[in-house]
Amino acid sequence: MSGTPEREGTLADGWELVVGLEVHVELSTATKLFCGCANRFGDEPNTNVCPVCLGLPGSLPVVNAAAVDFAMRLGRALGCEVRPAVFARKNYFYPDMPKDYQISQYDQPTNTDGCLELPDGDVVGIERAHIEEDTGKTTHVGGGGRIHDADHALVDYNRAGVPLVEIVSRPDIRGAEQARTYVRELRAILLAIGVSDARMEEGSMRVDANVSVRPVGSNELRTRCEIKNLSSLRSLGRAIAFEAHRHVDLWSGGERPRQETRHWDEAGGRTTPGRSKEDAEDYRYFQDPDLVPLAPSADQVAAIDAALPVLPAARRAALLAAGAGAVSASDAALLVERDQDALVRTAVAMGADPGLTATRVSNDLAVDDWSRVTPDGLAALIGLEASGQITATQAKQVLAEMVEAGDDPASIAERRGFQAMAGDDLAATVDRVIAGNPDEWQRFCSGDDTDRKKLSGFFIGQVMRSTRGRADGAAVNRLLQEKAGG
Amino acid sequence: MTALGVAAAVNAGERTARSVAEDYLDRISKGDGEIGAFNLVLAEEALADADRIDAAVGRGEPVGPLAGVPVALKDNLCTRGIPTTCSSRMLEGWRPPYSATVVQRLRAAGAVIVGKTNLDEFAMGSSTENSAFGPTRNPHDTSRVPGGSSGGSAAAVAAGFAALALGSDTGGSIRQPAALCGVVGMKPTYGRVSRYGLVALASSLDQIGPFGTNVADAAACYEAIAGHDPLDSTSIDQPVEPVGKALTDGVEGLRVGVVAELCGGRPQEAHLAGTDGSAASGVEGVAGDVLSRVQDAAEALEQAGAEVRTVSVPSAVLGLSAYYLIAPAEASSNLARYDGVRYGLRVDAANAAEMNVNTRTAGFGAEVKRRIMLGTYALSAGYYDAFYGKALRARTLMLQEFATVYEDVDVLLCPTAPTTAFELGAKTADPLLMYLNDVCTIPSNLTGHPAISVPFGRGDDGLPVGVQVMGPALSERLIFRVAAALERTAPGDGSTP
Amino acid sequence: MSGRISRDEAAHVARLARLRFSDDELDELAAQLSAVLDHAADVEALDVSGIEPTSHPQPLTDVTRVDEVRPSLERDEVLAQAPSVAEGQFRVPPILGEAP
Ligand SMILES: [Mg+2]
Ligand SMILES: [Zn+2]
Repeated sequence: MSGTPEREGTLADGWELVVGLEVHVELSTATKLFCGCANRFGDEPNTNVCPVCLGLPGSLPVVNAAAVDFAMRLGRALGCEVRPAVFARKNYFYPDMPKDYQISQYDQPTNTDGCLELPDGDVVGIERAHIEEDTGKTTHVGGGGRIHDADHALVDYNRAGVPLVEIVSRPDIRGAEQARTYVRELRAILLAIGVSDARMEEGSMRVDANVSVRPVGSNELRTRCEIKNLSSLRSLGRAIAFEAHRHVDLWSGGERPRQETRHWDEAGGRTTPGRSKEDAEDYRYFQDPDLVPLAPSADQVAAIDAALPVLPAARRAALLAAGAGAVSASDAALLVERDQDALVRTAVAMGADPGLTATRVSNDLAVDDWSRVTPDGLAALIGLEASGQITATQAKQVLAEMVEAGDDPASIAERRGFQAMAGDDLAATVDRVIAGNPDEWQRFCSGDDTDRKKLSGFFIGQVMRSTRGRADGAAVNRLLQEKAGG
Repeated sequence: MTALGVAAAVNAGERTARSVAEDYLDRISKGDGEIGAFNLVLAEEALADADRIDAAVGRGEPVGPLAGVPVALKDNLCTRGIPTTCSSRMLEGWRPPYSATVVQRLRAAGAVIVGKTNLDEFAMGSSTENSAFGPTRNPHDTSRVPGGSSGGSAAAVAAGFAALALGSDTGGSIRQPAALCGVVGMKPTYGRVSRYGLVALASSLDQIGPFGTNVADAAACYEAIAGHDPLDSTSIDQPVEPVGKALTDGVEGLRVGVVAELCGGRPQEAHLAGTDGSAASGVEGVAGDVLSRVQDAAEALEQAGAEVRTVSVPSAVLGLSAYYLIAPAEASSNLARYDGVRYGLRVDAANAAEMNVNTRTAGFGAEVKRRIMLGTYALSAGYYDAFYGKALRARTLMLQEFATVYEDVDVLLCPTAPTTAFELGAKTADPLLMYLNDVCTIPSNLTGHPAISVPFGRGDDGLPVGVQVMGPALSERLIFRVAAALERTAPGDGSTP
Repeated sequence: MSGRISRDEAAHVARLARLRFSDDELDELAAQLSAVLDHAADVEALDVSGIEPTSHPQPLTDVTRVDEVRPSLERDEVLAQAPSVAEGQFRVPPILGEAP
């Protein structure tokens, strides 16, 4: 049974979600893990192949030093212990796997026992982050590309042997949204340390979710299902939410979920059953005799640590500290993700109002190229706005022009004739708008907080329209509250 | 003429490489119908290579230490554009897009490759009867096997079809056929010769090594192929000691240990100086005539000034059992890739998994399937610890015991094979009986140590007997030197059929 | 014949190895493999306490190569060896299951 399609929202009372994620990340090395073929996406099929990555008889693997370095860098960024490691063979047959075994790490992985701190302060344990090779790419042809109706399949080995790190979290994740946050944070770290482009859509970051539920307060780990290959953050969240509800329904109805892999059906909004763990493969892991162990020295690890950039969590903390309580956690997370935290911190250090700076940049600087916006330009802009010399609306327009032309904000404001309305003019305009909308005003004065908030938005909008944005929204709101008597 | 003799004559312009190649190709075309040493004779290619060498000699260019020497390659060594079959239906017609490192090195040394030789399918066997293309026969007696799995290479050298040959040795597959065919065969230290381009049987055991009619030729071939290769992660990155000059150094003062457990477990019957009387249990089935030749060899070394004693390596008797867990385990994984997708045989089916099954069922012979089954079993959940895991620990024990014994002696002596060449078909019905052929050669594979088989007299049946000299890691120069001393004192001429 | 391996076990191992045997073949294989395992009883009985496994005779570590692109093979040469080819790719019969 596959349950009813997707339901959002929290779990039924008394149930808790238990999620662990396995994230496969392609490393952005120049070459593959065990051969000198280019590690490149989008080339003609089977053009980046050689005896090694095709698994031809007699060929032998040699480890790419950069891949090992990237993996260790990632391990240290996740606070892992970097340890002596051996490569093992995971044996199973599949046409996209040239040797019919995958070279991976099994009982002695490179990285163990780390953690990842989420922006809200929650910590997710990392069990291991091991190195392995990617498989080739299979296309199912005929039958609409669906695996079961296909007429035949085509295999391209360009991706075979591309270095991956598989990051296995502990089952510490307690919600679909938290799972998404975890992946976003992991992605931020990967980008910060420059080991992967971590693009879910292109498949360079692939997420499997192990989902189970349990009664709140218990520590047990109940039967879990593994949802494979979720290709976007949106699918990840939806699939986990769906699966959690399915499990609660089963347990509540006196049934139990089957341990199995499941697939996310994006269109149907549901997970569907896949391979049962009862017919799970026997992978016959053993140490790969073609490769020798990795034995990173303390010096090597120290050098990696020394070269690590400041990581997103530390950058968020630095930004929050610079904001002295005026910068919200969500703004801090967003600014770090967009690499705009240094801009904000420097502007604040130059005297710009922290809260206003963070808000302005997070709301109005969501552009790819903001290289023309300098910290002192930004600080000057925030100064104009904070002192009431220009309105918020005008500040946004000035900022947009700074992105385009890189001019200084004072000259832009002057050229455009921007200045905030004088207080008397503004009061007169507000009165005119109130008079023109008596019903709304009536409700504004008598309504509760929610109504009042909604209607203040309406009045501010009207005032903005009639002043062509020269009014200061905050000042309008103040006037409205005064006139309504508090 | 020896290989070194050929190379000297070609280098000096006294003989053309072409005339040498023609001689050998002529012998092949006259004699190989009966022997079946070759899967493929590369007549045209060999003559073209010979002409290139002659032209270079004519221009006064250096042509290498093996200039014009006809060499045969075991057909599990990849040769670019030239079929490489492993004597299996699975790879029939496969033309690799690359050449093994050893092939490139031989060519660079001036060798002329005359053909690809028969083997037990995927090097699994000790008689060259497991070939999909029919057995190879022993040139000394064509009713007998040449040994295996490199039986084609051993027979080719013994029959004068090639001056040198390469084989691969995973559990004795160079040394045992060398012994049975009355030629010299040597397995280098694991990692001394690149495995890149050798179709893998058991990756932690496989080594490529030379066959020659005499020790000096085998040493020259070894020198040509040994050395670091960045394409093989297990390759040793240390310079190769030249061997040739040491061959005449003699054995005066060398300490030689006769391994009691590998001499039928009857050290008291060995009548050797320094017998310590230990009652160690040993391997079974070493024939009396073979043991006698080992005793003769020990005495010969003693007379040449070596200090000979009997030594005990108790774990040596575990070798066969450990080997027949470890090697099939690795092989089961190495041979998974023959699935009908990318190269070689395909037997089609309605879906990919069934196609894999059809292809593998049709493409592999009985012995290959048997070992894949054994290895898959040994690695599978529930049995790993009892079998594979224990075998790896037995290997540790052997390494420790050999290290201890090499504190007291420089080299070890024992039989190469338990018997002389046996009749075709004599052991094909009983796999275990066949496996027992490798009992004396396997320890060196498990430890990764070098070992050489050198002809030393004949058995009661008049067929060649080989004795084995083993040494610690990277002792190639030493074991070649001892082998050369044995060669000088060997009774009669064991090499000519 | 010690019967260490049953026909069913042999059949299971055959499935893992993607090989097919008749029942008679399975019986014979089970007997032969059992005989080899009987012979391996000495290893099985080994007291391994305190002995580390040796997967490899070579005590090397950290053999790596620099991350520099090397020429790949010509696609035509690669595909010329393939049993079936379409659109520059290796063609196989339909794959029923997902990769594990
Ligand atoms: Mg994995
Ligand atoms: Zn490649």
